[in-house]
Amino acid sequence: MPEHIAPAPSRVGDLITMAARSLRLTSRNAEALLISLTLPVILMLLFVYLFGGAIDTGTAYVTYVVPGVLLLCAGFGASLTAQTVSTDMSSGAIDRFRSMDVSGAAVLTGHVTASLARNVVSTALVLAVAFAIGFRPVAGLREWLLAAGVVVMFVLAISAVSAVIGLLARTQEGASGFTFFMTFLPYPSSAFVPVDTLPGWVQGFAENQPVTPVIETLRALLLGGPAGSNALLAAAWCGGIFVVSVLLARVLFHRRVR
Amino acid sequence: MTEELAVAAHGLEKSYGNVHVLRGVDLHVERGSVFALLGPNGAGKTTTVRILSTLLPPDVGTARVAGYDVVRERTKVRRRISLTGQYAAVDEDQTGTENLVMMARLRGFRRAAARARAAELLERFDLTEAAGRRVGTYSGGMRRRLDLAASLVTEPAVLFLDEPTTGLDPRSRLALWQAIKDLVARGVTVVLTTQYLEEADELADRIAVLDHGTIVAEGTAAELKQKVADTRLDITFVDRASFRAASAKLGDAVVSAEPEELRLATVTDGSAAHVRSLLDDIDPSRTTIAHFRTRTASLDDVFLALTGRPAQERPKEPAHA
Repeated sequence: MPEHIAPAPSRVGDLITMAARSLRLTSRNAEALLISLTLPVILMLLFVYLFGGAIDTGTAYVTYVVPGVLLLCAGFGASLTAQTVSTDMSSGAIDRFRSMDVSGAAVLTGHVTASLARNVVSTALVLAVAFAIGFRPVAGLREWLLAAGVVVMFVLAISAVSAVIGLLARTQEGASGFTFFMTFLPYPSSAFVPVDTLPGWVQGFAENQPVTPVIETLRALLLGGPAGSNALLAAAWCGGIFVVSVLLARVLFHRRVR
Repeated sequence: MTEELAVAAHGLEKSYGNVHVLRGVDLHVERGSVFALLGPNGAGKTTTVRILSTLLPPDVGTARVAGYDVVRERTKVRRRISLTGQYAAVDEDQTGTENLVMMARLRGFRRAAARARAAELLERFDLTEAAGRRVGTYSGGMRRRLDLAASLVTEPAVLFLDEPTTGLDPRSRLALWQAIKDLVARGVTVVLTTQYLEEADELADRIAVLDHGTIVAEGTAAELKQKVADTRLDITFVDRASFRAASAKLGDAVVSAEPEELRLATVTDGSAAHVRSLLDDIDPSRTTIAHFRTRTASLDDVFLALTGRPAQERPKEPAHA
């Protein structure tokens, strides 16, 4: 038999193959896909039509709430990363890939990249519905691009956290349980109501948690107005969370495969 | 390849905390042969395979696979081996074709070549009809065949199979054995682990019996059977007195005794003549033996013979009231 020696692997090629795989797997998990695509839209409609009338934000409520819904949406989309990572770690898939010289980093980065791609779709869906119900931002092309950058940054950060949770959780159920909390982070923030209407003790948390500066930056970009220190804060939070998550993921991954 | 041996391992040790999983394992596998690691759960089979397939570095010892060191040259090893793990590592939510095309892409095939290779493998493993279905709908046997196909996208120099048939029904097991034999006929070196003596006997040229992290015996199936004797005669007596009398008479020839059941086991070649003469020796008056049966030596018997204790240390069953 002629002996085949597999060619030296292409790192970029592996990453693309892994991301495509992750997308295919999640797109076939009908329940999870439906939730990550439709739940943000449903919540937006719920807030705008049921609660919005009672919330005074100084602008049309739909305009106020869209940046928050975009982040909520990112949370739902990214939380699938924990499930896909956790499944790979416990199913033997990771051993198979490593024995083929596909690095753990390629597998994990593939899941995070797929999360980003999923979020592009769900974000577009939310924006389409938002425009249909009266969302009228004032942003120009430059602002839109910057806003897209902010969303990407946020999605990368929470997808990385999600991957860490996937590495920590022993079961897929455990992983989705953990990320459930993460999807709640936008509520005690300026996403749905102005922070000064929150009870005092929640205000302290809301003003100092990562979601608020990200949302305020998005608002400033889409609706006009000064972003102030929020842009820098948002970048610092997202960058910091991403870097810490990547470092944690490295440690946890090596511990899991020992 | 610079060495004759497909696998050469020396003094492999691995511990997790105070648990010594491997306590010095040496292995030599000739190229083109099938080597079976036989042992009960927890003997260290999977750990050995994980070390040899570069997934786990040993604490102590060295191993070369396909001519390269599994720690220092693991990338070279990985390009020459395939691993089919204990759990079928194929994606349930991808189709058979998608799983194989993905594996081929990861092995460096271009898109069209990957598709062609996937189709060829599906055909070879009798999965063409199921190619477009999600793996979640496959039977256990089909899943294992796909898993094996995924290991053969590039023909490996050494193929590791970790408990390839555990959990399969007898028919699927036979089909998988045939698939493995076909590979061997093509010249692939196979290292497999199994809990089944029968499986090792059927497939392997050489067998190493692993117990508590050490190899307690190694040889061809015939050599091991000589040590172990492959047919057993179980004899059940009518009462305790005749059980004791027979135990005394057989002496060292008793390979296992279950006093509660009034049952003894001894070694036979399984021929009618030998069984008849054994029964006549033990019970010349033809009154003290209630039943007898012959059976093939089990993994338990191998372990009992090699280590003096059962393979699985089962908790003692409570005496029936």
